[in-house]
Amino acid sequence: MSTASRDIIVSNSLGLHARPAMQFVDLANQFRSKVTVSKGGGEPYDADGKSVMQMIILAATQGTPLRICAEGDDADAAVEKLARLFQDKFGEE
Amino acid sequence: MEIKKGIAVSPGLAISTAIVLDAENLVIPHRLIPVANVNPEIERFHHALNDSIQDLSHQRDELLAHQRKEVAAILDFHIGVLQDKSLIDQIDEEIRSHLSTAEYAVGVVMKKFAAVFSTMSDRYLAERVKDIHDIERQLLQRLLGQHRLDLSHLTSDVVIIAHDLLPSQAASLDRRHVKGFATDAGGRTSHTAIVARSMGIPAVVGLTDITSDVSAGDMVIVDGNHGIVIINPDPQILEENRGAEIRRLKLESERATLHELPAQTLDGHLISLMANIEFPNEVDDALKRGAEGVGLYRTEFLYLASDHEPSEEEHYGAYADALLRLKNRPLVIRTLDLGADKYTQAKFHNPERNPFLGDRSIRMCLHDIPMFKRQLRAIMRSSVLGDVRVMFPMITTLMELRQAKMLLNDVMEELEDEGVSYNRDIPIGMMIEVPSAALMAEKFAKEVNFFSIGTNDLIQYTLAVDRTNEKVAGLFCPGHPAVLGLVRDVIRKGSRSIGVSMCGEMAGEPLYTLLLLGLGLTTFSMNSPDIPEVKKLIRSTTMEHARQVARRVMSFDSERQVMHYLRDETQKIDPEAL
Repeated sequence: MSTASRDIIVSNSLGLHARPAMQFVDLANQFRSKVTVSKGGGEPYDADGKSVMQMIILAATQGTPLRICAEGDDADAAVEKLARLFQDKFGEE
Repeated sequence: MEIKKGIAVSPGLAISTAIVLDAENLVIPHRLIPVANVNPEIERFHHALNDSIQDLSHQRDELLAHQRKEVAAILDFHIGVLQDKSLIDQIDEEIRSHLSTAEYAVGVVMKKFAAVFSTMSDRYLAERVKDIHDIERQLLQRLLGQHRLDLSHLTSDVVIIAHDLLPSQAASLDRRHVKGFATDAGGRTSHTAIVARSMGIPAVVGLTDITSDVSAGDMVIVDGNHGIVIINPDPQILEENRGAEIRRLKLESERATLHELPAQTLDGHLISLMANIEFPNEVDDALKRGAEGVGLYRTEFLYLASDHEPSEEEHYGAYADALLRLKNRPLVIRTLDLGADKYTQAKFHNPERNPFLGDRSIRMCLHDIPMFKRQLRAIMRSSVLGDVRVMFPMITTLMELRQAKMLLNDVMEELEDEGVSYNRDIPIGMMIEVPSAALMAEKFAKEVNFFSIGTNDLIQYTLAVDRTNEKVAGLFCPGHPAVLGLVRDVIRKGSRSIGVSMCGEMAGEPLYTLLLLGLGLTTFSMNSPDIPEVKKLIRSTTMEHARQVARRVMSFDSERQVMHYLRDETQKIDPEAL
């Protein structure tokens, strides 16, 4: 069992809206690890990365700093791939 | 059997099976399940879940095949929500720990999410609440094994049980099959009450929790005469009520024979009885019941019945329809009187803190002149098709009235320039429904051709009572001496030079017929089902007697005395009147 985490900033213009949230959850579900996405600041919230409802409630708009954590035997790969979604701006633009 | 007491708002007796509505027109059973049924119930929920997912996947593939990626992405999101483990777990848990039905559990959990979504500050995300409602509805339809209940196409007689009736629901009701209403919320002049009276079907409101006491399919008696609802009545009670209903129908058919006779007192004074309507097709029924014309045409339904603001042509079409049916009898068109209702408030960015003292009615129209002019143009264009009169609601100051009249003049000039014909001498009237207007009646009378007293608002503003708040609805009373004093003065001061009518609920209540007659009111406008009774009373008394009654009433200091005395006097004339 290993854990991994990565800090990222939401950079796509609409933020983590319905489609990107779905993309994230779909990808997270391909890993065995437990995935958590946390938001700090004024309204801290830990979302289950495999729950689209919780990912929406995260209300991660453009510029929001997030921490992606994974826990399980494929934690490193999960964090790596999930963080890349944000870097690629979920294929927007 | 269970008996519930509420507020009687529309007379008559309805005996029928119930349908229970929530705000989305879906029927939600409100029952606990036995412990042994928990697992089958959870299974039923999962079954509905899988069916919905399959359905949606199929639709999404279709959309993708037609290159409609945007819509397909929305369905992807819906599918994702339906597969969300944290959501499914919560619904399972709700069924297990509260012994809720699957439908109820879905409702509870989805509403929780909807509440969270709708408070999110990001507007795009907050709008996802619509998706949540949509998903909830789909699940419920699956679970209930029926499609969205269409109130305009019912196949059998029903009594409708709801928290409150939405204007859009009321507008689309199938009038042949809806036999009665019973609602949790509301007072004597709530929207449900007005709709029920205009449709002439029994209704009881203010029952607090009737929606949780009645389940779909229960036999229900709605007694709109006594404000009682009986759920699953015993056979004997059911028989008694059926007998009473037959007697009532017989009485009504006797009253109906009155329709050709004039509304004339025994000593020869002629009174005009007019109808209040909301839809042009109500004219036919109004004439059948003996109305001499329409004293109040509420135009709000043009705005409420569709999702866009009505065009000039839509206005014109409705007015022309009503005029065609009226064949030269008068049609008093009241300009838009919206604003304080839930419907318009919901559309505001910042809901008003005190909507009844806010931007409503004529004020709202004067703040949106293009919209107001569209309606005025349609009214003026229709003025050549019959006896059209225009009436402005909620006038509080002379300036408002002058502004409204000026806009009407602008419209006339525009039509003149365009070569469109209209009636330059159209009678212009105003509602007296605010104490300031009542107190200044003498001044206002110099600037209009007629007054129409709107009692609902006049009472609300005089007595400071919110008529839809169940807790204080009992304080709302037309018989309050302060209200009666204003009504008397408006009739007296107005009648010296112009016509005065009354189009509020009070005009149609038999209890006040003698009094209003005695105060000198010569035109009564009411919901058409009330016309026969009021006419019968007028035909059974003399003006002399009515004046005596009015003098006596004006000497009382409490509404209780007023009501008791009027009840006695009215029953002396017609024991069945009240």
